Amino acid sequence: MKFGIVINEGPYTHQASDSALQFVKAALHKGHEIFRVFFYHDGVNNGTSLGVPPQDDRNLTLEWSGLAEKHDLDLVVCVAAAQRRGILDEDEMGRHGKSANNLAPGFRISGLGQLIEAGIQADRLVTFGD
Amino acid sequence: MENGEGVVKKFCYINRKAPYGTIYALESLEVVLIAAAFDQDISLVFADDGIYQLTKGQDTDGIGMKNFSKTYTALGDYDIKKVYVEKESLEERGLSAEDLQALKYEDEDDDWAEKDSLFVVGREELAKIIDEQDVILSF
Repeated sequence: MKFGIVINEGPYTHQASDSALQFVKAALHKGHEIFRVFFYHDGVNNGTSLGVPPQDDRNLTLEWSGLAEKHDLDLVVCVAAAQRRGILDEDEMGRHGKSANNLAPGFRISGLGQLIEAGIQADRLVTFGD
Repeated sequence: MENGEGVVKKFCYINRKAPYGTIYALESLEVVLIAAAFDQDISLVFADDGIYQLTKGQDTDGIGMKNFSKTYTALGDYDIKKVYVEKESLEERGLSAEDLQALKYEDEDDDWAEKDSLFVVGREELAKIIDEQDVILSF
């Protein structure tokens, strides 16, 4: 089956990203396809490379980046939600005259159309978060 | 569009939270406005505190937030014709349809006659409507 994944909450405050990560791993293990993972609302905060969680805890952003590299996942961060919350890639940094960028490896910034497309293309769109 | 050409799915956007206090309502509306460009079969549902998103006479001056309630009245221009409001949610909050903004669309198949796009439906009927959907996004 082809899954689309939506993550609507940031890391650590909420379990949404953890649950989604476990779901994606389990789905891939069973041979399913992950069409896209779309990060919206505070979910965009999963894409920051600047998080430094304690060493004895999981690092969700690193986990997503690693999983993306291993399975060629499409991790999309909503541009509008990301701009509000200070998640920028190099292009966005330049466009808005900011001094830094922080989008983690394996993530890309794009529009909400990517969410709708995931809904159209996937057999199931599964949402994690409130 | 590289993908999805010709595919029409039933998309349902469920709004369950008050318009202010959290960003979910505003960012849900942003999704709906983008979704309208994709030629899919769109329904909107307002239930629980989400019904407050559609109330008349919102005034956000005192909280310093953008009042985006007028955007809902423009949904008809985006060809969004099915907006369902849960009757029990209204009743539980002491509200009725009179407290909500009128939502209209112009029917191109009927000489552009202005028609209501807001429907107050009971919980059981709403459950059936939701059951018929292909893709549900709940905010």
